Amino acid sequence: MSFITLPEFDRHALSAVWLTLELASLTTVLLLIIATPMAWWLARCKSWWRGPIAAVVALPLVLPPTVLGFYLLVALGPNGPIGQFTQAMGWGTLSFTFSGLLLGSVIYSMPFAVQPLLHAFEAIGERPMEVAATLRARPIDAFFTVALPLAKPGFITAAILSFAHTIGEFGVVLMIGGNIPDKTRVVSTQIYGHVEAMEYAQAHWLAGGMLVFAFAVLLGLTLMNRKSTQVMR
Amino acid sequence: MALYAASSAASAAEVSVAVASNFTAPMQKIARAFELDTGHKAMLAFGATGGFYAQIKNGAPFQILLAADNETPARLEKEGLGVAGTRFTYAIGKLVLWSKQPSLVDDKGDVLRKGGFDKLAMANPKLAPYGAAAIETLTKLGWLKQLKPKLVEGSNIGQTYQFVASENAALGFVALSQVFSDGRITEGSAWIVPASFHAPIQQDAVLLNTGKDNTAATALLNYLKTEKAQAIIRAYGYDL
Repeated sequence: MSFITLPEFDRHALSAVWLTLELASLTTVLLLIIATPMAWWLARCKSWWRGPIAAVVALPLVLPPTVLGFYLLVALGPNGPIGQFTQAMGWGTLSFTFSGLLLGSVIYSMPFAVQPLLHAFEAIGERPMEVAATLRARPIDAFFTVALPLAKPGFITAAILSFAHTIGEFGVVLMIGGNIPDKTRVVSTQIYGHVEAMEYAQAHWLAGGMLVFAFAVLLGLTLMNRKSTQVMR
Repeated sequence: MALYAASSAASAAEVSVAVASNFTAPMQKIARAFELDTGHKAMLAFGATGGFYAQIKNGAPFQILLAADNETPARLEKEGLGVAGTRFTYAIGKLVLWSKQPSLVDDKGDVLRKGGFDKLAMANPKLAPYGAAAIETLTKLGWLKQLKPKLVEGSNIGQTYQFVASENAALGFVALSQVFSDGRITEGSAWIVPASFHAPIQQDAVLLNTGKDNTAATALLNYLKTEKAQAIIRAYGYDL
């Protein structure tokens, strides 16, 4: 293990850690906003479309990140559909930008937000909403005052999983990021760079940190689930 | 010739080769010729040299490394993972500034000074010799500082090519072998960077310890030095 010059390492590592947290936080907020109506619709909907749309939302669970990364690279480029749109809006292209990573992360972590919310909404069932309706609550009020509080554990799980899964994102970032310090170089790609450059000491520090983080998240989630099931009983 | 092929097929062996991404196209061609001529089989894996180094150090089952530099093979030999005395330069890489747009890059590289593009792609200079050569070139031209905000990095030269080929980056420094075939640039516009602008990209091969007694491994290393293989290597724009 080689000696590392700490100040230089600290600066790069901290910038990558900060950027990763920023990306994960923004992704989580966006996902909760997008996934809530989506999961609600999927939980209530009886239309034929439910099956195909649920499958599309779950696709990132099954697809390798290289597939998502490749399609995003093509779609975000100047000749791709998203690239054409963003250029027409005067935003330029999104590849190699933080916004591009954000878009990729939202798609990549989508199932981790939608699935827990869907299960929570399904568990509530029709009954509480019907009762609220007989008490003359408007559907939108009933949603906010009845359904949302009942689905709280689902929201907490969705938030934690989206956040953690975005922290663990690698393939998509590698393929559309371009490794720009302070913009698209996150912890996972930083570790990859250290390993490829044979800087094993730096890689160990960051990789060890990731391991501890992942363990803490999963442990916290397990403890919380146990607590909430005890409350239910 | 038929007799030779038949006799060697009797003792046909298999060799696993780790190949630097920039050498993908020529190596596929060479491997086909090698298999036809000797009856041996060459299994090729393509990737970044640094990545291969980490894998070889941790017991990856490769018998030969065709690196994108000369440092990694030397390092493997020093660490006792490569067989001493088997290293040699199989190709000298050429750097090219390339764009898919037909008239963006002029034949002097003036486009770098004039600007008029959003992103300039290059391989990560810490990981890839072609990236290091690109940085050296920009430094020599004195344009590094001004172009830094436009730089995007691929993790290896293959990914860098992909950035430019998909036009996510308007232009980029790639390996000539990636855009060159039958003696000319296949599409777009390009500036072949003069060799004097950067240290030579000397690409070395080394026999790894795991291949010491593998007849196919020795045969392949010898084959790379034949007239036939060298003609293929040159056809992809490498020097020798």
